[in-house]
Amino acid sequence: MDQGFFLLFATVAVITALTVVVARNPVHSALALMACFLQISAVFVLLEAPFLAVIQIFVYVGAIMVLFLFVIMMIDVREAVLQRFVPGGNLPALVLLFLLGVEMLVLVLWSDRFSVMEPAATAGGDQVRQLSTTLFADYLLPFEVASVILLAALVGAIVLARKEQG
Amino acid sequence: MVPLSWYILFGVILFVIGAAGVLLRRNILVVLMSLELLLNSVNINFIAFGRYFGDFRGQIFAIFVIAITAAEVAVALGILVALVRNKSTLKVDEVTMMKG
Repeated sequence: MDQGFFLLFATVAVITALTVVVARNPVHSALALMACFLQISAVFVLLEAPFLAVIQIFVYVGAIMVLFLFVIMMIDVREAVLQRFVPGGNLPALVLLFLLGVEMLVLVLWSDRFSVMEPAATAGGDQVRQLSTTLFADYLLPFEVASVILLAALVGAIVLARKEQG
Repeated sequence: MVPLSWYILFGVILFVIGAAGVLLRRNILVVLMSLELLLNSVNINFIAFGRYFGDFRGQIFAIFVIAITAAEVAVALGILVALVRNKSTLKVDEVTMMKG
């Protein structure tokens, strides 16, 4: 049951991810990426991380992809950009990618550490509550630093995208 | 149950696809989207390991990765808008203003 769902979500995610890379039009890429993120959030649900799944949908699908679509709307993507991904156009990069993929596959399949079948028993109780307790007790400082980074990025984005006066 | 290696392999496949997008595409927007794909594949690994070894820190790290990604995308798209205003191109190769 679980395996069937995982295979379904993973297959759709891989297909949409390929569409992101291959699609000629950036709008199609953005929509395919949105579908891919939805599948990944479904995989998070399978991993019993419901909070992360919701965050994934809110932040990625709700915020980041809408930002992408707004930017695509603002700038003119018609000319010169509608060029297809050309396999073989960049041989060193292709070789590098191939080596990277083969290396990771070999390492994952060769090691026996990844063959764990059963997940560790959950501690029971409310997962989200435990997560938030850990986040706000042990990781309070990184949390605050992340919020400062977000604020800085907000200000930076406004300053960068503003029209220079004069 | 699903073996852990399936999740790891799923992450590997998504990572390679994202890296292909970053390295092979010349469109800045698609390169940025492929970066999102890379970060997501890493998130899958974090959460899978956290689940299978009974550790919350995987999820915590994934939350931070998502937050930093949001910041990164905001700044990158701001730079992109400023770039397109100054120089009307979206091809990575044609952006050489920073060259000395």
